[in-house]
Amino acid sequence: MSMLADRIAAARAEGRAALIAYLPVGYPDVDTSVEAMVAAVEGGADALEVGVPYSDPGMEGPVIQEAMDVAVRAGVGLPDVLPAVRAVAAAGGVPVVMSYWNPVERYGVDRFADDLAAAGGAGAITPDLIPDEAGPWIAATDRTGLDRVFLVAPSSTDARLAATVAASRGFVYAASTMGVTGTRTTVSSTAGELVARTRLVAGDLPICVGLGVSNGDQAAEVARFADGVIVGSAYVREMLDGRGAEGVRALSAELAEGVRRAGTPA
Amino acid sequence: MTTSAVSPPETRLEPAQPGWPDATGHFGVFGGRFVPEALIAALDELTEAYRAMRVDPAFIEEFAALQRDYTGRPSPITEVPRFAEHAGGARIWLKREDLNHTGSHKINNVLGQALLTRRIGKQRVIAETGAGQHGVATATAAALMGLSCTIYMGEEDTRRQALNVARMRLLGAEVVPVTTGSRTLKDAINEAFRDWVTNVETTNYVFGTVAGPHPFPEMVRDFQRVIGDEARAQVLERLGRLPDAVLACVGGGSNAIGIFTAFVPDDGVRLVGLEAGGDGVGTGRHAATITGGTPGVLHGARSYLLQDENGQTIESHSISAGLDYPGVGPEHSHLHDIGRAEYRAVTDAEAMEAFALLCRTEGIIPAIESAHALAGALVMGRELGPEALLLVNLSGRGDKDVETASRWFGLGDREHVEPGAGMDTDQQPLEGAVTSGDAVAGQDAGESA
Ligand SMILES: Cc1ncc(COP(=O)(O)O)c(C=O)c1O
Repeated sequence: MSMLADRIAAARAEGRAALIAYLPVGYPDVDTSVEAMVAAVEGGADALEVGVPYSDPGMEGPVIQEAMDVAVRAGVGLPDVLPAVRAVAAAGGVPVVMSYWNPVERYGVDRFADDLAAAGGAGAITPDLIPDEAGPWIAATDRTGLDRVFLVAPSSTDARLAATVAASRGFVYAASTMGVTGTRTTVSSTAGELVARTRLVAGDLPICVGLGVSNGDQAAEVARFADGVIVGSAYVREMLDGRGAEGVRALSAELAEGVRRAGTPA
Repeated sequence: MTTSAVSPPETRLEPAQPGWPDATGHFGVFGGRFVPEALIAALDELTEAYRAMRVDPAFIEEFAALQRDYTGRPSPITEVPRFAEHAGGARIWLKREDLNHTGSHKINNVLGQALLTRRIGKQRVIAETGAGQHGVATATAAALMGLSCTIYMGEEDTRRQALNVARMRLLGAEVVPVTTGSRTLKDAINEAFRDWVTNVETTNYVFGTVAGPHPFPEMVRDFQRVIGDEARAQVLERLGRLPDAVLACVGGGSNAIGIFTAFVPDDGVRLVGLEAGGDGVGTGRHAATITGGTPGVLHGARSYLLQDENGQTIESHSISAGLDYPGVGPEHSHLHDIGRAEYRAVTDAEAMEAFALLCRTEGIIPAIESAHALAGALVMGRELGPEALLLVNLSGRGDKDVETASRWFGLGDREHVEPGAGMDTDQQPLEGAVTSGDAVAGQDAGESA
């Protein structure tokens, strides 16, 4: 059983893709960021990626970097995500941690898995951990039943797609473009191709698409071919621009309308 | 020990030590690949192309010709007896990487990676740089081979190494000051990775040291091992024996791995890496990654790093931009953990005293990076005694550091000369010039790193 796969299946039963929001804990401060996460769920997000601030976030574009920088400087780190996970779960969202690998390793892989499971977390997305290096994490998630979400990219070979899908649980994260996080004006054409290639080997595993989705129309476009739509920088932009929880709630509503409009994913 | 290998050996790129790294880039528990999946294809492409290239006779010949005719290899070894008087009378020889074209060992690696770039058909190279030496070397190779070139450099470093920024621009490279995070080398590496993942179709990342994801630690080592291959043969030829210790400064660790590799199988030879101790490891303001750090993951590999309890990288501090890095190559972590190499810290003050001493006793202005190795030699010489033979990698020349050194010693600004701060602008006898150097190099060995 998988909390993430179950929630994505529930969305599908409603005839739509799932909406997955990302916000880092600690911007502009821990409490405000947790309020925003709750608002994202209340506004219509099915799952929430609780971001762990990290000093060297190699996959992030300028928007997420800016928010993380503030959080890191304030000393916010992995221990602060556990209360956020509880708050998201209490609001009815599925909480999944998004963390670069070093904070997890520093906290202790097994300790993290135990604490995350106890807090009601679904599992974790690990953007700089490939299955090849993930032995201890695979063991810890098997032991605790947590989901582990690895990434595939347009540059992944078919062999790597198969291996990554086989190692993933909950969903597999299709990074739609070659590049870093950030909002883009159009959905890249590589996204559809990547999802199609991944489908061939994914079996029942849901495929969610991230990188560059920022509005309802783009969400609708992605929701036609993906099981879930992941939106990060656009949420963080709401926070950076000071619109706070209400801006986040409104964005969720717009994106949720987009995925509903698209109907059941192909 | 035979002395048969008296002339510098042919360019050798075979793996140096059977056993590491393994096929996926692990040195014991260190190394590997901790990068987004999007980069794996490019890293695989590099690994395969490199494996094919290093056994290709045409490449080996072209690389050797460039090293000889362009870089000026082999670099000589030079004995420094007047300097060594301050090291308990031990004999000290320098491996003169400062005499290479572009002024440091960085060119050795860059020429190899530039040839590799051409081989995989990419037209653009990017690189990070701290001191600017790797950036200058990359810009140089790009000019030589007609590649377009973008260099990422922390804004802080563009200020303290302004001369090298100008050199890179003269060579036709675009220099991008990085304003994120601590605005130094680690952030330049982050930006270079972000560029690479976005432009990987057209662009090769020429990594500057033996850190980063596989295959960089292995490949850069192989391109740098010429330092030790030459030096080992040169020392045997000149002295008929191996050195007791081989010393090198460690930023990411490429010049150190370069000179260590040939000596790793020589059990009697101590391998000593000198890390940047900044204000002192005890102060927390330093860049002594192995001495003062813990294992973790940074910039694509598992290795020692400076990190806090949340796993955030701690900003490093060093007077030397080239050593001001909170990580270190995974092979060094492995050599440390298996006890084959030892790592010590040298403070800013100790390094600058050794810097002044080499200038005044031997007429050689070293890079401040390399001055850390020299400071280590002063201490080790006194530990090992007058019979000892030390080989020090002089990884670069100090032209780029003239401004930093002038400020440190108060040259050209008589108002701010601090008594005892080091050099005086007056022509003084040697003993006067290195007064405070003697505080470190002198009788009380115990107070030094
Ligand atoms: C002269 C010199 N030595 C040493 C270093 C440190 O790098 P590494 O430890 O990779 O040799 C640098 C880096 O810029 C350098 O310029």
